[in-house]
Amino acid sequence: MAGIQVQDLRVTLADGSRLVDDVSLSVEPGRVLGVVGESGSGKSTLSLALLGYARPGAAITGGSVRIGDDDILSLPPRALRQARGSRIAYVPQDPAMALNPVLSIRTQLEEMLTGGKQARRDRIREVLAAVDLPGDDAFLARSAGHLSGGQKQRVGIAMAIVARPDVLVLDEPTTGLDVTTQAKVLELVAQLCRADQMAAIYISHDVAVIADVADDVAVMYAGQLVETGAAGPTVTDPAHPYTRALLASVPDSRVRLQLQAIPGRAPQPAPPWDGCRFADRCALATDSCRRATPALTALAADPARQVRCVRRDELDVVPRARVIAPEHPIDEAAASIPVLDVSALTAGYGGRQVLFDVDVRVHAGECVAIVGESGSGKSTLSQCVAGLQERTGGSVRLDGEELAPAAQRRPRAARHGVQYVFQNPYASLNPRATVGEGIGVPLRSFAHLGGKVRRKRVIELLDRVELPAQAAERYPSELSGGQRQRAAIARALACDPRLLICDEVTSALDVSVQAAVVELLRGLLDDGLSMLFVTHNFAVVRSLADTVAVLNRGEVVEHGSVRRVLDAPAHEYTERLLADVLDVPVAAA
Amino acid sequence: MTALELPVPAAAAAPRRRRPGLRMLRSGQVRWGIALIVLMLALALIGRFTTPYDPTRTIAAPFARPGDGLLLGADYLGRDVLSRVMAGGINLAWMAPSAAIASLVLGAAVGIVSAYFGGATDAVLMRLMDVLLAFPALLFTLLFVSVIGPSPWLLVTLVTIGLMPGVARVIRGAALPLVQREFVRWSRAVGVPTGYILTREILPNLVSPLMVEFGMRLMWSVGTLASISFIGYGIQPPESDWGLMVSENRNGLAAQPWAVVAPVICIVLFTIGGNLIAEGAARVVARTEGVK
Repeated sequence: MAGIQVQDLRVTLADGSRLVDDVSLSVEPGRVLGVVGESGSGKSTLSLALLGYARPGAAITGGSVRIGDDDILSLPPRALRQARGSRIAYVPQDPAMALNPVLSIRTQLEEMLTGGKQARRDRIREVLAAVDLPGDDAFLARSAGHLSGGQKQRVGIAMAIVARPDVLVLDEPTTGLDVTTQAKVLELVAQLCRADQMAAIYISHDVAVIADVADDVAVMYAGQLVETGAAGPTVTDPAHPYTRALLASVPDSRVRLQLQAIPGRAPQPAPPWDGCRFADRCALATDSCRRATPALTALAADPARQVRCVRRDELDVVPRARVIAPEHPIDEAAASIPVLDVSALTAGYGGRQVLFDVDVRVHAGECVAIVGESGSGKSTLSQCVAGLQERTGGSVRLDGEELAPAAQRRPRAARHGVQYVFQNPYASLNPRATVGEGIGVPLRSFAHLGGKVRRKRVIELLDRVELPAQAAERYPSELSGGQRQRAAIARALACDPRLLICDEVTSALDVSVQAAVVELLRGLLDDGLSMLFVTHNFAVVRSLADTVAVLNRGEVVEHGSVRRVLDAPAHEYTERLLADVLDVPVAAA
Repeated sequence: MTALELPVPAAAAAPRRRRPGLRMLRSGQVRWGIALIVLMLALALIGRFTTPYDPTRTIAAPFARPGDGLLLGADYLGRDVLSRVMAGGINLAWMAPSAAIASLVLGAAVGIVSAYFGGATDAVLMRLMDVLLAFPALLFTLLFVSVIGPSPWLLVTLVTIGLMPGVARVIRGAALPLVQREFVRWSRAVGVPTGYILTREILPNLVSPLMVEFGMRLMWSVGTLASISFIGYGIQPPESDWGLMVSENRNGLAAQPWAVVAPVICIVLFTIGGNLIAEGAARVVARTEGVK
């Protein structure tokens, strides 16, 4: 068994932009290296480059990937094809895309193997047992299309390890799985590596997942590794300013944290320039940071850790910054009529009932979180409240006024009073209108504001969501995901809503951007807006919400203050969900 | 607080602040297509006002070969082919684009309304389009022309009606996913006026398929109009017209091929122009959709 040694791996675009900039790392057999990075950091490009592959338009232009005596990158095509799968194997993010939906599991696993029929069959059974799947003939004959998401990911892992590779590369294998399945997959990965003495490189955007599964951590930013070291200290006492900032933006399901966003935006891939890549967004940057290009160098205090920062030894190694958010007082007695009162709501699609007698109440200034796994009916609930989908029974009241099932049949005040912010910031703005035009639509159609007054109001709204005035002239495609989501919130605010429904508004965003959106919403709550916050993320619930309703298969199984439900869940389902939630560990005080 | 800064465009990536729909014009194929069509329109327009000879006067022997100052020879009545080609384009030049644009406007309107309102509106409109599609366009046109008589506006109207259902189908297909997009759902829920949603939110997002359709429908209407003219239901002699010229001179194809080939080349170039626009636009669409 060999492990993997990567030296100065470089992936560039035709114009010389570096997607992966001289990355060196090594993993011993039986250990897991976690690579953390936000979108655009180059982590997926790195994961494919380890297998000697670059997407069209990009090319591997330097470095080596050694497994034992072989350099994967200098193998001839035929040998490279053989090495993939047998020496180094890959588990993709979406197993549903990687498996052929019509081939049987046996066929897909056998494709990876050579040798006699009986030997192959035995090995397949062994591997399926290792990934905790049944190995009987009935299961092997099933096609991948008939498996659940978690089972597909297990088959994906089984396909990767069936030929006994030395190295396993996993690219976000648990993104898109619910927490319970994620927990099982993570445990499986760690256990397989130890048992088979495989070296694994686990790539994720989720620091908590990496902290859980990895022995060592490499933090990636703008194509470079900025910090490497053992998982424990790197996560509890981050050294690089980017790692610090990243961790300060991560919410925690145990503590109500105030989240710190990272200002600015990660640089686009570009030919190398002088200075630290993070300097423009770094609170600790000095002039020297912009002149000198730092190298990945050992920390004086702990030589096992390497940091790419010129000030690495001047800056104290401090525990991860955590600011507790103040509790948000709600005066339930003062407002006897809740802003939103949903009672006995039922809804469904085409004969299948999705929601069963759901009751939810939102008081003035309160943030009520609706939490549930995918398929729990949480989006259906929020869409019924907004009138985007018609309920089949029950009532929805806004300030005591009964609302019609369809938004189109509601009075204008109610249509404006309930505002919906969608999950996908890429689809919620008209791509062919500038942000200013988009936000101006309600102002023009309803408030009948003319050109100048409207522009002024648009700029006020942009300012409220912390976007600069020149954003009004931009098209959505010129904004980042977080900026688009802010623009969508600004458009909702243009209607002067009573209730803001946020449907998974942060789940498509990077954590450092999520932090900014969460804090923006906190500010809106402080201004007295009421909010229905739909999410699957308990950490964000803890950070923002006052009350939480846990939804399971269309029923509210538990309802109460966030503190009570998260600290002492009464229902067994909530308890089980919370048990699998991963948080970034905190240094022992 | 953390006012997120907008990205500063790097020096390398020059600020391309063009409206997204106009990137079609960067495609070489689309540019060539537009150039060809402009060239043919210019030829037709010049011929409308000035030609080397009177296009309706006999000035040489029938089917005289090129020479003696007649660049392309003479036709079956001894008229100058070049003059007749130049004079004979104007009808196609205004009728084909008019029919293409009219079918685009009507088809887009039907398609968008159908996709947006759905339900009964959609069913009725689309069945109506199916009925129109069921008639062979040429037969349909000939039926009316033979009853009412050949008038240019009638021809444009008939070709438009023949082309519209296809446009409506394609645009409805392209608009359906847009109607489900969040920004349209939001506007509907909030009560933004329907006219605004249809024209300002949905229509601008259909620029790409509309470009493809324009090229296609232009090609088709050139073909249909030239065919009608060939059959003799278009421009009446002694006026000149490309389709008519092919028909008039086809007996002399062996003796004086230019009298047939010259108008055919004109029709072909016009058609290829439309084809290039459609093809180039479709490629740009495929490329950009792929990136998204």
